[in-house]
Amino acid sequence: MDTHSYLPVQPGVGMEENFLSLDDILLSHERLPIRADIAFPRLGFLEKSSDTQDIAEGTKMELPLWLSKGLYERKRRVLSVELPKVYREGWRTVFNADPNVVDLHKMGPYYYSLGSQMLHFDSPENPDIAQTLLQTFIGRFRRTMDSSQNAYNEDMSALVERLDSLEKGLFRSGQSGLNSFQSWEKGQATQLTASSLVLNYRKRKITDIQS
Amino acid sequence: CNEAKSEGRAELIPSIKLRHCCLLRNQRCVTAYLYDRLLRIRALRWEYGSVLPPNIRFHMCAEELQWFGQYKKSLASFMRSLGGEEGLDITQDMKPPKSLYIEVRCLKDHGEFEIDDGTVILLKKNSQHFLPRWKCEQLIRQGVLEHVVS
Repeated sequence: MDTHSYLPVQPGVGMEENFLSLDDILLSHERLPIRADIAFPRLGFLEKSSDTQDIAEGTKMELPLWLSKGLYERKRRVLSVELPKVYREGWRTVFNADPNVVDLHKMGPYYYSLGSQMLHFDSPENPDIAQTLLQTFIGRFRRTMDSSQNAYNEDMSALVERLDSLEKGLFRSGQSGLNSFQSWEKGQATQLTASSLVLNYRKRKITDIQS
Repeated sequence: CNEAKSEGRAELIPSIKLRHCCLLRNQRCVTAYLYDRLLRIRALRWEYGSVLPPNIRFHMCAEELQWFGQYKKSLASFMRSLGGEEGLDITQDMKPPKSLYIEVRCLKDHGEFEIDDGTVILLKKNSQHFLPRWKCEQLIRQGVLEHVVS
């Protein structure tokens, strides 16, 4: 990998999102089940299942995270956010029992990040959610780290596809470290290479001319 | 929003807030996109060189080109301030050099190329040459030459 110069904005850690992080923007696109505790006049067109002009109090809808965070107020006048299934009691016991069994990619690719964001909504279960997130991460971390450091040139896709996006990032870092070390051992570290940015832009150019 | 309060239409406030959230969201997406473009443009100075090829310049807006020019200038004055009188080109030798001369193979026709002692080399596709490392580094990064390691 030769592109050490492009350093995209990293996703935020814990409850804070990074404003400019593309990963966090994708994350905040996830939809949450909510209940409107107050009416939203003239916005009925957002609610596709009924044809009213307003969104009435008590309507249940799905809103993306960014909108839920923006509208939520601690005094609890505006929205009630329901916890998605994965963060509820039932699934939490599964995670506490054995974190390694679960396919976190299927459970929503942003399990840890979305879980941390859910803490903004003052649910009474917050301490348990936070605890489960942490314990799950700790339980799975060992296996992720081990395999990223020891599987040189093997096909790890079976393991990787069950990882959430945070774990995938860790796995990729581990792999890239391993590959760099191996290439150094082989004496390839001093070989000058073409920049991968340049190669990618060249491929783009050809399709531009054809279109 | 203040108008809504003063005219007694306070029930509109949630809708106004929702619309405001949407505007902020759009602003965030656009800003993040533009910022990511800048990060990539900055990376190009390091990966490609100080003169960008026309196909990339074509895709940049005027402000981005201006930004690139100013970044180049900042970098150049920084490099001049290092290492004594002549400055230090830190965009060279990105990997630890092992020898002064290297073997390179030409990946496409690049025309004539002059080296320090005045000799002119014709860079024709698939020709191989033994050249000073510092002259080739940029052409290798740009994908014109390939570093041959035996």
